[in-house]
Amino acid sequence: MSTQVAYKQVFGWPESLKKNPTHYCPGCGHSIAHRLVAECLDELGIREKTIGVPPVGCAVLAYNYFNFDMVEAPHGRAMAVATGIKRVHPDKFVLTYQGDGDLAAIGTAETIHAGNRGERISAIFINNAIYGMTGGQMAPTTVLGQEATTAPGGRDPRLHGSPIDISRMLAVCDGVVYAERCSLTSVKNIRKAKKAIMKSFRCQLDDLGFSIVELLSPCPTNWKMPPKDAWAWINNEMVKTYPLGVIKDITGYEEAK
Amino acid sequence: MASEKVLMRGSDVVGEAAVRAGCRYYFGYPITPQNELPEYLSKRIVELGGTFIQGESEIASINMVLGASAAGGRVMTSSSSPGIALKQEGISYMAGMELPAVVVNMMRGGPGLGNIAPSAADYFQATRGGGNGDYRTPVLAPTGCQELVEMTFLAFDLADKYRTPVMLLGDGLMGQVMEPVVFPDPLDPDSLPKKDWILDGCEGREPRTIFSMYLGQQGELYQHNLRLQEKYDRITENEKRWETIQTDDADIVIVAYGTAARIAESAMEELRSEGSAVGIFRPITLWPFPLPALRDVATKAKKVAVFELSLGQMVEDVILSVGERAEIYFYGIPGGLIPTPADVVEFIHSAVRGDEKVGRRIEV
Ligand SMILES: Cc1ncc(C[n+]2csc(CCOP(=O)(O)OP(=O)(O)O)c2C)c(N)n1
Ligand code: SF4
Repeated sequence: MSTQVAYKQVFGWPESLKKNPTHYCPGCGHSIAHRLVAECLDELGIREKTIGVPPVGCAVLAYNYFNFDMVEAPHGRAMAVATGIKRVHPDKFVLTYQGDGDLAAIGTAETIHAGNRGERISAIFINNAIYGMTGGQMAPTTVLGQEATTAPGGRDPRLHGSPIDISRMLAVCDGVVYAERCSLTSVKNIRKAKKAIMKSFRCQLDDLGFSIVELLSPCPTNWKMPPKDAWAWINNEMVKTYPLGVIKDITGYEEAK
Repeated sequence: MASEKVLMRGSDVVGEAAVRAGCRYYFGYPITPQNELPEYLSKRIVELGGTFIQGESEIASINMVLGASAAGGRVMTSSSSPGIALKQEGISYMAGMELPAVVVNMMRGGPGLGNIAPSAADYFQATRGGGNGDYRTPVLAPTGCQELVEMTFLAFDLADKYRTPVMLLGDGLMGQVMEPVVFPDPLDPDSLPKKDWILDGCEGREPRTIFSMYLGQQGELYQHNLRLQEKYDRITENEKRWETIQTDDADIVIVAYGTAARIAESAMEELRSEGSAVGIFRPITLWPFPLPALRDVATKAKKVAVFELSLGQMVEDVILSVGERAEIYFYGIPGGLIPTPADVVEFIHSAVRGDEKVGRRIEV
C-alpha cells in the first residue's frame, strides 16, 4: 500500500541565478544580495526582460551568477551604461548592482545625475564600508575610526573627510522616487531588504522614476572579523552612521500590512 | 531620393548625415568648437523619436554610448580634444567589448585647455589609441562638407561591420565652414542588418554577457587580443583610403589631411601656376594609414613635403611609409594659428631648394 504525499516546494534555486558556485568569501553579503535580486526578478516574472550592469569591484563577475543579459561597465560608470541601455529599451527592466567605491566614489557624478534625471533604473547598492576587491582600502563609506589599509590609524575626519551618505544625497533629487537602507545581518533584516528590492523594482515597472536600495553588507575578509562578528559590527556600529529605514518614498504605494 | 543641394555648416552636416545614417542615440557634453553639432541633434534626433542626452561629463556620455551600443542602438557622441581625452576610458572598453559607435572629434589646440582654434594635434591620441590596451580605432579624416556626409555614413557602417568604435576626426574650422551638400536618402534604423549579439532581454534564448575582462588562467585574454588583432589586420587590409591629386607628374608631393589638406590644395594651385610639378597625397583613413599607396607615390616623386597643423605627428607614419625612398620635409603649425596657403607655398619652395628656410628636412 502506498500513500500519496503532495509536496509543495518552499525553497529552491531561483531561475535568475545560474548554477555556478560564486567566488565570494564565506560570510560575504554579496551572495545574499544576489539571491534577493534573483528571487525578486523571478517573483515578478521579469528575468527575460532584464538587463543588468555589474560594477567593478568584488561583484565584477556577477554576470557569471545572474541568469539574464548583462554588460560590464567601467569602474563607477554603471549608471551611465544603464542609462544608455534603458533609453534604447524603455520597455525592458534595467538594474545596476554596485559597491560603495563604484557607486559613491569614482561613480558619484554618474550616480547623482542618473538619479537626478529620474532614469528608470533600479540600483542595488552594496555598502560594505571598504574596498573589497582591491584588498581593504578606505572607501567613501568607511566609518569614522574604522581601519583600512590606506587609513591605518582609522578614518579621521580631518584627514579623510567623514563617511558619505550617498542615498541621502540622492534623496534630494526630484527624479529619485524611492531610497531605502537595509542590512543583510539577520533573517528579519534580509526579509526587509527583499521587500525593499521588490518595491524598487516596482518603481521601475510602474515608470515612476529612479530608485535605490542600499544594503549594509558584511565583508569579513577585509574587516578581518569572523562572519558572526561582522554581522554584529553592522548591527552595533555601522548603523550609527547609516541608520536603517526608508530615506525617501514618494511612490504613493500602500504599504502591505 | 537624395536631397536637394543645401548650404549647411559642417557641424550640422555631420548631425544631419548621422540621422540619415540611422543614428537615433546621441550622448555628449558641450565643448567649443563643436557645440553646433549637439545643438542640431538635440532637436533633430528627438523629432525622429530618438534620444538626445546632455550627459554630466564626457565620461558619463561615452559610457551611455557604451550602454546604448550594447543594447543594439546606432549611437554616437562628439566632443573636442580635452573632452575626447576623457572619453578614452570608454573607447578602450568598447574596443575590448567590440561595441560599435561613432565618436566625432572636432580638434582644438592643446595641450590642456589650449584654445579653440583649429588644430590637428590629436593625431597620436586618435591613431595610437588614447586609452589603455592593445587596440586600434579606425579614424576617418574628411575635408569639406560633402565628404563629412560620406564619412559619417561610412563611420557608422565600419563601426557595425567590424564591431568597433570609429572616430571621425575634424577640427573647429571644418565644423564652422558652410558649403553646399547633397545628402543621400535617409536609412530607416529598422532596416539595418540585425545584430545577433545585443542585449535586449533573454526571452527565448540563453542570456548574453558583454565584457572586456578575461581573468582565466588558460590564456583567455591572450586569445581575445589575438582575435582583436586579426580583426585589426582585416581592417588594415580592406579599409585604407586616400586621395591623390596630380601626383602622376609630380616631383614633390605634399602629404596633408583634413583642413591642412585644404590649405595645401590652394597652395598647390599657386605652385602649379608657377610651373612647379606639385601633387598632393591626402590620407583619408589615418588608421589604417594608407602606407603602401604613399610609399609608391613617394618613391616616384622622390620628395615628399609633410604639412600638419601640429608640430609633427602624422609625419611619423610618413616616415614609416617612405623610409629612404624619398626625401622627407616637414612643416608644422601648432594649434592657435591658422596657416595660409602662402605659408605652404614658402615651405614647398624651401623643400624644392632643400634649404630649410621654412620647415625642415627629416633625416631617416
Ligand atoms: C579606473 C579604475 N580605477 C581603479 C580600479 C581598481 N578597483 C577595482 S574595484 C575597486 C573598488 C572596489 O570597491 P567597492 O566598489 O566598494 O566594491 P567591493 O569590492 O567592496 O564590493 C577599485 C578601486 C579599477 N578597476 N578601475
Ligand atoms: S573581499 Fe569582502 S566584499 Fe569581497 S568577496 Fe570577500 S567578503 Fe565579499
